[in-house]
Amino acid sequence: MMTDMLFTAENVTKRFGGVTALDNVSMEIPRASIFGLIGPNGAGKTTFFNTLTGLYQVDEGKFTFDGKPLNVKAPHEVAEVGIARTFQNIRLFGEMSVLENVMVGRHVRTKAGAFGAIFQTPSTRREEAAITQRAHELLDYIGLSKRAGDKSRTLAYGEQRRLEIARALATDPKMIALDEPAAGMNATETIALRELIERIARDGTTVMLIEHDMRLVMKVCHHLAVLDYGRKIAGGTPSEVQRDPAVIKAYLGGAHTEVTK
Amino acid sequence: MAGMTGMLQTRRNQMIALAVLGVLLFILPFAAGALGQAWVRILNMTLLYVMLALGLNVVVGVAGLLDLGYVAFYAVGAYTWSLLASAHFDLHYPFWILLPLGAFLAALAGLLLGTPVLKLRGDYLAIVTLGFGEIVRILMNNFDKVGLPWSDESYNVTNGPRGITGIDGLNFFGFKISKGLDLFGLQITSLQLYYFVFLAFAILSIIGVSRLQHSRIGRAWQALREDEIAAKAMGINTRNVKLAAFAFGALTGGLAGGLFASMQGFVSPESFGLLESIMILAMVVLGGMGHIPGVILGAVLLSAMPEVIRYAADENMQQKIFGLVLIAPEVLRNLIFSLAMILIMLFKPAGLWPSPEKK
Repeated sequence: MMTDMLFTAENVTKRFGGVTALDNVSMEIPRASIFGLIGPNGAGKTTFFNTLTGLYQVDEGKFTFDGKPLNVKAPHEVAEVGIARTFQNIRLFGEMSVLENVMVGRHVRTKAGAFGAIFQTPSTRREEAAITQRAHELLDYIGLSKRAGDKSRTLAYGEQRRLEIARALATDPKMIALDEPAAGMNATETIALRELIERIARDGTTVMLIEHDMRLVMKVCHHLAVLDYGRKIAGGTPSEVQRDPAVIKAYLGGAHTEVTK
Repeated sequence: MAGMTGMLQTRRNQMIALAVLGVLLFILPFAAGALGQAWVRILNMTLLYVMLALGLNVVVGVAGLLDLGYVAFYAVGAYTWSLLASAHFDLHYPFWILLPLGAFLAALAGLLLGTPVLKLRGDYLAIVTLGFGEIVRILMNNFDKVGLPWSDESYNVTNGPRGITGIDGLNFFGFKISKGLDLFGLQITSLQLYYFVFLAFAILSIIGVSRLQHSRIGRAWQALREDEIAAKAMGINTRNVKLAAFAFGALTGGLAGGLFASMQGFVSPESFGLLESIMILAMVVLGGMGHIPGVILGAVLLSAMPEVIRYAADENMQQKIFGLVLIAPEVLRNLIFSLAMILIMLFKPAGLWPSPEKK
């Protein structure tokens, strides 16, 4: 059972002064699944995410990733462990080309140094060719090959979102965490995004989705966890979560449930 | 097929352009020499500024770390050469020790500056680097009386504001550049020989920095410039990458410094002031940050322009046009120079030759 889980959080607590941002949160994410982390604004989704990615250290509890305790001290170590992320407010390298953005993602899996670059040693050239080839494959994967040479800031909004995903995939992640990828997308773009997310999971990469778009979450996720005021108030499959009274209360407010009764 | 021949065509055109450029660069010192050796010296300084601008471009243009004290590394290179190849300590080490040593010490100084400013960005970084540049200059100024706590004697290390004179010129295994060369009747002056040496180093610098920029580490520098948080999330160790940028920028500066001292024969702290740092930064910004051809253009224009204006806007010129001298030539020179910089920034805010939109 445990070996099927790529990621587990056990009783994770994070406090900021007197505020308990995460209160005894536990969850499990099976391999190659799509896991949704939802909750109203200020529920602690971002705090959970930042703790997981090494921006904050946990006060209590622990994470396990791929059978080993996840203990990252600095944000750059997370990618090395095998967790890649995208950002709520897109953070591409705007002045770099679309292809170069993806090539930067290969940084953590390659090792050429300055010496090799200056003297163009055979191993550096081989590695560089491999980086370029992999980046082209990933652009194909997300359907942005035609824009490879353009500066990434010239892309349309939905394309920028997809490029961020390609860049994250370039780090060879075991899990990719998408922070509100559908934010600001129109209906067509959201459908394209949904198909992309499903394809990523089918191809073996676990997806953690932090999202406000309920229609997307309910359609695409295999499992969900719902946070509210730093506590996990529900978990399970989308249909289970949808029926959970605690979830309805958190989203619609206590008063509303009284009225509907 | 058409694409193939098109590519061959552009390849051929490139080769022709390169050949023309090569011939021009070869003739240039002799053409300048016909006008006077002062012009050859201007050419040589231009080549040094190309190297300096390329080095600073690694830090400011590629990695996005605003550095206002860059000239300090130039000073480290120049003083390394001056102290170890002059009458001052009566040491006369050869160039193949001094140039690498100067570059290495400059890179070390780059790490020294880089380490405490790892967490700083933008304005804050600019202020600290500015301070660093001034510290180095003031050290050079005051290290003529270095006392040690356990002795009453004081040592003259840098000869202070008087500077160091009698510095050895470049000396290739017995062949002294300062003597000039008589090549089958063709008289090549010492400054013209320096030109060819500097040209070789400038070309090597161009090749080196452009290879770096288009490598794994160059992309990491650019990622750092564009978005540090995203760069970290991609697994880039921003600390190491920043230090590498400082070190490589400094290395180029140190190399240029050694060459400068060898040609000039005299260095003093005066040559390494804040204004010099700002000029090199202006070359990078006006040319086109992060774009190597633009930076070279910026360096050539900004180092040659003041000299050209000096001759063009002299008293005779005003006398001829207005019948009297309206503005002192030195003031006019600075006026035209500043106006030109303002106009470039107004009409070409991304620089004269910024990196292309499509690669």
